[in-house]
Amino acid sequence: MAKQYETVIGLEVHVELATKTKIFCGCSTAFGGAPNTHTCPVCTGMPGSLPVLNKQVVNYAVAVGLATNCDITQYCKFDRKNYFYPDNPQNYQISQLYLPICRNGHVDIETSEGKKSVGIHEIHMEEDAGKLIHDEWEDCSLVDYNRSGVPLIEIVSEPDMRSAEEVIAYLEKLRMIVQYLGASDCKLNEGSMRADVNLSVREVGATEFGTRTEMKNLNSFRAITHAIEGERERQIDLLESGQQVIQETRRWDDAKEYSYAMRSKEDAQDYRYFPDPDLVPVYISDEWLAQIKASQPEFREEKMARYKAEYDIPEYDIGIITDSKHMADLFEETVAICNQPKKVSNWLMGETLRLLKEKNMDPEDIIFSPENLAKLIGLADSKAINSSVAKEVFEVMFDENIDPEKYVEENGLKTVNDEGALRKTIEEIIAANPQSVEDYHNGKEKAIGFLVGQTMKAMKGKADPGMVNQILKELL
Amino acid sequence: MDILSYSAVELAAAIKEGKVTATEAMEAVLARIDEKEKDINAYVTIDREAVLKAAKAAQEKINAGELTGPLAGVPVAIKDNMCTEGMLTTCSSKILGNFIPTFSAEAVINLEKAGAVIIGKTNMDEFAMGSTTETSAYGVTRNPWNTEHVPGGSSGGSAAAVAAGECFFALGSDTGGSIRQPASFCGVVGLKPTYGTVSRYGLVAYGSSLDQIGPLTKDVTDCAVVMEVIATQDAKDSTSVKREDTDFTSALVADVKGMKIGIPRDYFGEGLDAEVKDAVLAAAKALEEKGAVVEEFDLSLVEYAIPTYYTIAAAEASSNLERFDGIKYGYRTENFEGLHNMYKKTRSEGFGAEVKRRIMLGSFVLSSGYYDAYYLKALKVKAMIKKAFDEAFAKYDLILGPVAPTTAPKLGESLSDPLKMYLGDIYTISVNLAGLPGISVPCGKDSKGLPIGLQFIADSFQEKKLIQAAYTYEKIRGDFKIEN
Repeated sequence: MAKQYETVIGLEVHVELATKTKIFCGCSTAFGGAPNTHTCPVCTGMPGSLPVLNKQVVNYAVAVGLATNCDITQYCKFDRKNYFYPDNPQNYQISQLYLPICRNGHVDIETSEGKKSVGIHEIHMEEDAGKLIHDEWEDCSLVDYNRSGVPLIEIVSEPDMRSAEEVIAYLEKLRMIVQYLGASDCKLNEGSMRADVNLSVREVGATEFGTRTEMKNLNSFRAITHAIEGERERQIDLLESGQQVIQETRRWDDAKEYSYAMRSKEDAQDYRYFPDPDLVPVYISDEWLAQIKASQPEFREEKMARYKAEYDIPEYDIGIITDSKHMADLFEETVAICNQPKKVSNWLMGETLRLLKEKNMDPEDIIFSPENLAKLIGLADSKAINSSVAKEVFEVMFDENIDPEKYVEENGLKTVNDEGALRKTIEEIIAANPQSVEDYHNGKEKAIGFLVGQTMKAMKGKADPGMVNQILKELL
Repeated sequence: MDILSYSAVELAAAIKEGKVTATEAMEAVLARIDEKEKDINAYVTIDREAVLKAAKAAQEKINAGELTGPLAGVPVAIKDNMCTEGMLTTCSSKILGNFIPTFSAEAVINLEKAGAVIIGKTNMDEFAMGSTTETSAYGVTRNPWNTEHVPGGSSGGSAAAVAAGECFFALGSDTGGSIRQPASFCGVVGLKPTYGTVSRYGLVAYGSSLDQIGPLTKDVTDCAVVMEVIATQDAKDSTSVKREDTDFTSALVADVKGMKIGIPRDYFGEGLDAEVKDAVLAAAKALEEKGAVVEEFDLSLVEYAIPTYYTIAAAEASSNLERFDGIKYGYRTENFEGLHNMYKKTRSEGFGAEVKRRIMLGSFVLSSGYYDAYYLKALKVKAMIKKAFDEAFAKYDLILGPVAPTTAPKLGESLSDPLKMYLGDIYTISVNLAGLPGISVPCGKDSKGLPIGLQFIADSFQEKKLIQAAYTYEKIRGDFKIEN
């Protein structure tokens, strides 16, 4: 019988924190500025410049640590990681090795195999590097330091995961926690969340770990899943053919769906870590810690339980709505205005999800306000507009966050409730479509649908379909 | 009176009274520079035109009543490891030979705000690594007392400029004695403040946990005045300390009655030149006669200071100097193949021998497998040295000893034997390791006519005690100037 293998996976997840300014200087962290415009002597490594810690980075790191059940290192330090590369202006990265801010945590995940706890070895704070751009035309490399000094936390898990499914569940869990804290938008494709996968295989029942490899450049859940499956196969093939797995760093090529070796353990650099003498140790007092604890938000599980108790909406909907902090906020704020949870949920689950999918957007990208959604619900409730007009208005609101009341007014979209005018139009429609009238009288119920459609068309969609139906039947 | 014989404070007063203008003072300094520089070589950079313009601007502000401080209009020299906006800042290294900073060091800004006028940048040991100003890429600086001798280092250019009248005062930096030792060799006053007192923002780092900027002046009064101007808390330097007690001039009182002064026996043993020893002990005696209580004691751990210092300073330097890579600024090698080769050639060509020695030493003590044995152990010894000082200051207001084992050596004597050169730092470096303030004051000359310095060391934040004792001693001693 063929040997059975178990995959052992640990993750190193980098999360870019959503602070307004960089970790050690006052430069903006905004994405997408012209090259080297969000820079100063500190984040470009000019001689004589010195770093000063942005306290908000500590707040976020501690908040994530608390939410992942970590011990908080109340006396922690920054260390220098020394290596030469042009995107790293000082040729050392300020990070944490000896006393990371959070240790010994865990998160609970749920997969098709059931519930499980994944250990978190540590979380540390560090600065991001700049970006190298290779100009093939000029055959030179350029460097943009806008990203240099953007704050990161690195969340290092224990090797507790056994499948791609567990890895995705773990990442989803982290993403949810960090997003709920407002600490980052956690977008894999934009690099605000980056995951390196450490993977080894061993025979089922073995107690020792196999030799692991580290995979980088995984920019989507799809890439992560494929890379894990591919690497598992590659390692098993090596072992089956009597070869050894080499401890190395591999880079995933998403286009080719293949990973290749970047560097082996033999060329591993000695980073010569030592405490950064330019920064004083960070002392997180009991008061500071209590403050962060007190301002922790309601996380997803608590929210789901509360929705279940408070609102009469399906559990499936609750799952979708709370899957995004932004969507959940939108839901709660709209309900607070209009007190119609069912209807708010319907708009989010129906039209909102449809448009997000169609436009390839994330729930975080929704721009319409709870006030405007509540107004739209109000307009539909009062029959001021009919449902198809409501959908039309919603689509505009989704794109431009318009005020639906104003928009309906300005574009003359209100339902016409003038029965006389409607009756007159219907009479004209009946006169113009004798065949349909005859069909109807011959028992073809469908014919009335055609007549309703013609009437709505003539009324430019602004009639109440119920009323049209009623009058039609009466006149026929 | 000859303008150049004024102290900084006297000059500012004379300018205020209208006896002299800032421009006349600067012209006098430039004339002295023209006369002396070919022998001394205290400066790396002087921009005559800009300097005269700046002096004129200062005078206009003084006339308008906008500048009234005790340094208004006084020409000052800045050690070349402090950034000066728009002015070459080389650290006396080839690798920064073309580097013009976009901002000025906080200490420099403080001086400019007080109305001092920057003459130029003074020569130093490359990146402040050395004790003789001979490791500079821009030629050696010579001792104004005897040009066959070194001025000391690393702030040798600043000390020589003050001694030769090529400025009225100067800023230096002190990582292991780099202000106090050249002050001693050149017969001027040099103070290394408590760590955190003067902002390091804009000081090109050597050993970040040890570096402090401080004044080199003609006398103790000038020293106290300059300290009041440069000692400010700076939010841009995380290690900067908020102090309420920076009224240093209030300590300019000639009185040591009842002051307890400890003399460490360990500072007077083997290796100390007899003439230096006699001069320092004679100074102690003079203070005792004025009412100080002078007592010998054992400081302990003195022999561990040098290895501890060279481990910590080199470790920090190896990392601090990584940014000089030819990518962003400074020197880049002309011919190279690929990135790695560019780094290697740039740094091999751009750094001098002493800097390379310390980068290698520092990289070694931080490397995996040696970190615990060297770097971590050095940090532990550093803490023990601090504790030994704490115990001493439980008993004494001040510690009195020599600054250096000898007077200034001849040019070329030190570089051939770096270990011997390192040993010359024995009385100064433990002060940096413990973060304490220390002052060097001239206390005599040896048989060759070279100045001898004495050093007072105080507990953290006790600069005023240093200034008071040094001021009192200066009154006892009388004038101390080069006979021209």
